[in-house]
Formats: sequence, structure tokens, C-alpha cells
Amino acid sequence: MAFYVVQFLTGLASAASLFLVASGLSIIFGVTRIVNFAHGAFYMIGAYIAFTLTERLSGAFGFWGSIVLAALAVALIGVIVEMVLLRRIYHAPELFQLLATFGLTLMVEDLVVLIWGPDDLVGRRAPGFKGAIDFFGQNIPSYDLFLIVLGPVVLGILWLLFQRTRWGVLVRAATQDRDMVAALGVNQKWLFTSVFAVGVFLAALGGALQIPRDAVHHAMDLRIIVEVFVVVVIGGLGSIVGAFVAAVLVSELNAFGILIFPKISIILVFLVMAVVLIVRPWGLFGKPEAAARKTPGLTVNPWRPLTSNERLASLAALVIAAMLPLFAGNYALTVGSEIAIFVIFAVSLHFLMSVGGLASFGHAAYFGLGAYGIAFLAKMAGLPMIVCLLLGPLLGCLGAAVFGFFAVQLSGVYFAMLTLAFAQIVWSIAFQWVSVTGGDNGILGLWPSSWAASPSHFYWLALGVAALVMIALRAMVFSPFGYALRATRDSLLRSEAIGIDAKRIQWTAFVIAGTTAGIGGALFAYLKGSVFPDNLGISLSVDALVMVLLGGVETVSGAVIGAIVYKALNIWLVSQTDLSKLVLGGFIMLIVVVFPKGIVGMLEMLAQRRRKSSPPGSPLLAKPIESAE
Amino acid sequence: MKLTVQDLNSHYGPAHILFDIGFEVGEGEVVALLGRNGAGKSTTFRSIVGLVAQRSGRIMFEGKDVSAKPTHEIVREGLGYVPEERRIFTDLTVEENLEVGRQPKRPNAPHWTREKLFSLFPNLGEMKNRPGGRMSGGEQQMLTIARTLMGNPSLVLLDEPSEGLSPKIVEQMVDAILTMKKEGVSIVVSEQNLHFARLISDRAYIIERGRICFGGTMAELDARPDIRDAHLSL
Repeated sequence: MAFYVVQFLTGLASAASLFLVASGLSIIFGVTRIVNFAHGAFYMIGAYIAFTLTERLSGAFGFWGSIVLAALAVALIGVIVEMVLLRRIYHAPELFQLLATFGLTLMVEDLVVLIWGPDDLVGRRAPGFKGAIDFFGQNIPSYDLFLIVLGPVVLGILWLLFQRTRWGVLVRAATQDRDMVAALGVNQKWLFTSVFAVGVFLAALGGALQIPRDAVHHAMDLRIIVEVFVVVVIGGLGSIVGAFVAAVLVSELNAFGILIFPKISIILVFLVMAVVLIVRPWGLFGKPEAAARKTPGLTVNPWRPLTSNERLASLAALVIAAMLPLFAGNYALTVGSEIAIFVIFAVSLHFLMSVGGLASFGHAAYFGLGAYGIAFLAKMAGLPMIVCLLLGPLLGCLGAAVFGFFAVQLSGVYFAMLTLAFAQIVWSIAFQWVSVTGGDNGILGLWPSSWAASPSHFYWLALGVAALVMIALRAMVFSPFGYALRATRDSLLRSEAIGIDAKRIQWTAFVIAGTTAGIGGALFAYLKGSVFPDNLGISLSVDALVMVLLGGVETVSGAVIGAIVYKALNIWLVSQTDLSKLVLGGFIMLIVVVFPKGIVGMLEMLAQRRRKSSPPGSPLLAKPIESAE
Repeated sequence: MKLTVQDLNSHYGPAHILFDIGFEVGEGEVVALLGRNGAGKSTTFRSIVGLVAQRSGRIMFEGKDVSAKPTHEIVREGLGYVPEERRIFTDLTVEENLEVGRQPKRPNAPHWTREKLFSLFPNLGEMKNRPGGRMSGGEQQMLTIARTLMGNPSLVLLDEPSEGLSPKIVEQMVDAILTMKKEGVSIVVSEQNLHFARLISDRAYIIERGRICFGGTMAELDARPDIRDAHLSL
């Protein structure tokens, strides 16, 4: 019995940090409508700076002074980030904000390794809380008790701050109607900055307070951000009380999950989240609300099928691409195959994201499932390659059918977070279920049959499949199904009012996109000869998002160009520098801020401007359709 | 002049909404902006306070050109705005709604306190702690005016204050607007209801399809029934 009580208390202690970080995220989202992916990075920097201050300068400020100082320093960094980066993108679609803050996260991951090195750092214990308290023969660290008390105290302080101060009243008002607050003479800019500073302070404090409990390392950001997403989704974005309750719930699930279901402990939390989202899509303490801003799609130029000249040009490009083996060496062909595979992957996400308006942050799950499908069929069932290629992607299809059913019940940021969480579930299974998936060691020795073994043959295979996928998806965009899907994207209510079963259409699109990604994953498994959990990891999901954005999210075929440019750049970059994440993160932020329409979108805009300036034509048709927001 | 608007043009995306709007408001004057639904009354107000992104023209307030300023700075100059949709903060109580509107005292404008506003709108005083979401339409209309007055404006843009209200509440609204005028607040009030406008206004402009097509005193308007019938639905 005592053991369970102690386990319960440990869970409560873990909840404290989680609550701090989650409440910060929630507060920032409430006012700015930005889901701050970099919140985990701020948490991590908080821990690193606190480590340095307590180790090196503890004489000057003392332990507790160092902790608070670290959090303040990170809050200052947050203010700079808000003023330099976020202020430029408040009016962009929410997807761009998630991506920009993700780019920031990537940069921070490389930067902390540069500054503090790759090794785990073990911080010192908190003075006054070094010992443990005996509880019927079980030890409870006294620092845990301190954290257990701290959680409700912070909750109380936040409550007072929001209910009893003018700042709190303004923040709550802005959460509901930002423009009206400005129309009453309040400077939104500084309100946003201060809110962001408070949110980041809480995240950094959460990180700093972890150093007596856990080692500081450079991957703690992703671990916490996924948990925090789960917490705010369960508790309800924007609700501080919800963040507290959900943090306790998630921490206790973790604490007892390990005891009761050690094999599926990671999944347990996500299962609870899925259940909550289905019953109350806006979370336990959240409020249902209309989407603040539309995902990409509202500002698109009207799409049209290719003209016959453009078809010929595309065919010519394909023929030229097919001639690559005549003059390129094996390495170039392998790179070419990889690019073709990523074109398939990017095009599949584009279909979901641009055509369907559903921005998935976990699309790699279906890519990886396709790859694992191959691994199971080829290694365990021993089936020949052609059969594997036909059946393997079905695992991606199956995963997309199951997860997609739940995901399409939501939209906007909730959709993004749920797909991310689902991808993490799949990743955890691949990582934890060692007996079947080989865990971190993956599954090795998947080689193509002899007919596709040579680099040039494999290249032709990949290129051919990519071409077929592109043609099929493009045809679908201009089919009645595509029209219906675009209708659900542009206005869910209106499409339902004319008799479209929106959820079913979106679900179908999700399954199509997942299956297509699975085809890419299947080819990828054969290209690499192996499958690893990373094939369904977050960074791969984000790669796909960047490819689509880089090409131009509002175009029909930007994803193809985006995939080619990004993948080529990526392969080149990794061969040139150790700091690829730093460069890549900066690159992502640059796209979002400077080229929000992507490469193809830019070209289209330029072409249109030229067209508009020469013949008078019909001005109404030439103008982009914009929303009167 | 308290407020002078010249050559105001506004767009929503590709749609041109306002065409060369121009009008003037004198010190302490109540001016009505009359027009049908969709004529451009609300867009005119939203453009003046900078809530419409695409606009051009000159907006002189107390002799200063405010057209390049962001919304909150225009409002802080003393130009208050009461939106048609009321836009009460539904989660906030009456007192908290007023707090959001509070701005420092201004030398050239009447100073409003909570107590003064509660005597102007007695209903509000009886529900200080009620959330805005649980108030009737009339109470919300009073609150949205009171909230703007908390900023001590010297001029208020009142967008359709009588819309959707019961006759009894409309009477209270007339009294409140006349009190504001007596205190020295200049007012521009947009209306479809000519009867209501006549009770409070010194002068009127008529707006139709984004253009001003009449400007004059209420008596001049009454002398031109042709204009009235052509542009206003009664």
C-alpha cells in the first residue's frame, strides 16, 4: 500500500513541471493563437542555464536565485523571439506559426550541443531538500514534496494574476476578441509580448526546477513538448485549470502505467487523450470555439488542370529525368531514387494539406508503416518484392484508416496535435516492441529482387511509381471527389449544407494520403535495405511539411518542386556540416517569414503579375480570391 | 472641426467598398450617418479607427492626421468606437468589461467613472458581477457604450445603437446619448432608423453604396422627401 502511495506522490511531483510548461503553452495560445512548438526548447534552455548558474555562480545568487534568474533570462530570450519572429507571422495561417517555432526548436537543439556539449549534465540537489522522508518503509525525496506543493501554489498565483490584475483582465479579454481590445485603446503588441514572456518564463521555470531530479540533455525538448501537447489537448487549450488537472492525470497515468502495463506505458496516455478528444474535442476544461483562422486554401488562385502544352512539358521533364542513368553514377542514382520517393511522400501530404486543408504533423507515421509493412512481409513471410510492394503500403492504409477516423473529427491545431500524438504512438510501438520490430536496432537486410537491384533499375522503378502517384492524385484533385474535398476545406458548414458528408470525405482523403505515403515508405525500405523507428519520427513528418511549404502550399504541384529542392539541399547539407539542424531550422524560419507562398507560389504570382500588366483582360478573374476576414 | 474625413476609400480584398467618403463633425455635435443595410456605415466607422487594413484617405481628428496610426493609438487620442455587434467580452463580468475600456483622464473630454456610468445606465449597476454572456441584448448595448466611455473619449462613433432593441430600451438609449452630448462628447451615430436619428442629431449624412449622397441639417433633410425616400427605407 505504502508503495502505491509513494508512486502516487512521485506522479504528483512530476506533474508540477509538466503543469508549468503546459500552462505557459496554454496562456500563449489563448491570446496569440500560436501553438508554440518551441515551448519545449525554452524548457530545455531553462534547464541548461539553471545548470550553469547553479554550478558556476551559485555563490553569487544561491540555488534558488539561480533558478529564478535562469527562468527570467529565458523569458528575455522569449521576448526577443516574439518581437523578431512571431510579430511577423501573427496573421499567417496557424500552420506557418507551428512550423516557424519548430524551426526555432531545431536551431536550439544544435545550439545547446554547441554550448553545453552532447553529454548528459547532472545538476546539484536543492539546498534544504537533499534528503528523503521515510513513509512506512518507503523513501520519498523531500524535493518531490516541495514540487507537489509548488504546483497548486503556482496555479493559485496564476489565478490571482488573471482574476485580480488589470493585466489579467486585458489578457482574458484579448483571448476572446483581440481587435476589440485594440479598439478600446490597448496596445496589443505589448500585451502579446508580455503574455509570451510569462508563458516562456513558466516553461523555463519548469525546466530549471527539473535539474535536481533529472539529468539535463539535448533531447528533453521533444520529450516534454509531446507530453505537453497531450496535457493541453486533454485539459483544453487556453485553460489553466485544465492544464493542471490534465498534468496530474498524465503524470499519474505514467507513474502507474509503468507498474500495471509496462509494455504499453507510453501508449496509455495517448489512448486517454484519444478518448477525451472523441468525447470532448475541445478538452476537459476548454471551450468549443470556431477556428480562429483558416488553414491554407482561402487565398489560393483558382486551380485548373494542366493545359496540353503544360502536359507535354511535364512529360518532357519526366523523360529527361528518366535519362539520368545514361550519364549519372551510382551515387547520383541513389540520391535520385531517394528524391523520387520523397516526392511521393510530399505529394501525399500535399493532397491532405492543400487539397483537404488538413495539416498533419504526423504524416511520417504512414510512411514508416509502409516501410515496416515491407519489413514484416519480406523478412517474416519471405514474400517476393513485387508482392511486398503491393501489400506493404496496406499497413500505412490501415494505420491511416484507424487514426484518420479520429483525427478528422477535429480541425486546425487540434488536428495537427492529434496527428502528431498518433505518430508518436506508432513510433513508441516501433521503439518499445523490440521482439517484433527490433526496437532501436530496426530490421535489417531488406534487399530488392534482382530485377530492381541495380541502382538504375531501382531509380526507374521509383521514378515510375512517383509519376503514377502524381498523375493519380492530380486527377483526383479535379474529380468530383476532389471538388467535394476542396469544398470541405473552404467551408465545412456550407459543404455539409449542400449534402456533402464532410467527415467521410476527409477520412477518405486521409486514407488516400496515408496509403500513398505508405507506398513511398515501402520503396524507401528497399532503397535503404533497412527500417528504423526514425522512419516514422517527428523530424520526418516535419520534413514533409517543409517540402510542401517550400513548394507552395497553395499550389497544385508545388510539393513536387519542394521535395526535389529540399531533399537535394538536405542531402548536400548533411554532407557539408555537422550543424544541419541549425541551418535547416533557420531555413524553415526564412521560408515562413520571407516566402510564405513557396517557390511555385512565387513563380505563379510573378507570372500572374506579368499577365495582368500586359493585356487588360478580365480583372476580376485575374485577381486572387481573398477572404474578407 | 472635431473630426474631418476626406477621400476615404476602403477595400475588402478585391472588393471596393467605400468611395471618397467625406464628412465633418463639429465640437459637441451629434451627427447621424444614415443608410440602408450594407450601404457602408459600419465599414466607414471601422475604417476610421483603423480596423480595415486596406484604406486610404485623410482622417483629421482634433487637427491631427490619425490615418497612419494603429487602432489603439487612434482610440487613445480620444476617438471612441462602439461596434454594431457590441462585442462584449462574454467571459468577463460587467466591471471587468469596463476595466478593459479604462484609459487615463483627458483634459478636453468629460471624465467618466464607474459610478457615473452606473447612474447613466442603472441596469448595469445592478449586475456588476454578471458575465457579459448572460446579459440581454439591451443590457449588452448599454455595456458596450459604457465600456467605450470608460476611455474618456471626446468623440464617439456609435454604430447602430438602436438595432434590435425594444422601444423602451431605445428610449433609454436616446436619454443616454443626449446626456453624453450634454457632457460635451461629440457623437457620430450610424442609423437606419430615421425617427431615432431625428431625436438625437443636429445634422445628417446619407450614405448609399459606399458614397455620401447627402449632407445637411435635419431640417434640410426633412425638406427633401425625395432624397429621403430614395436612399432610406422607412
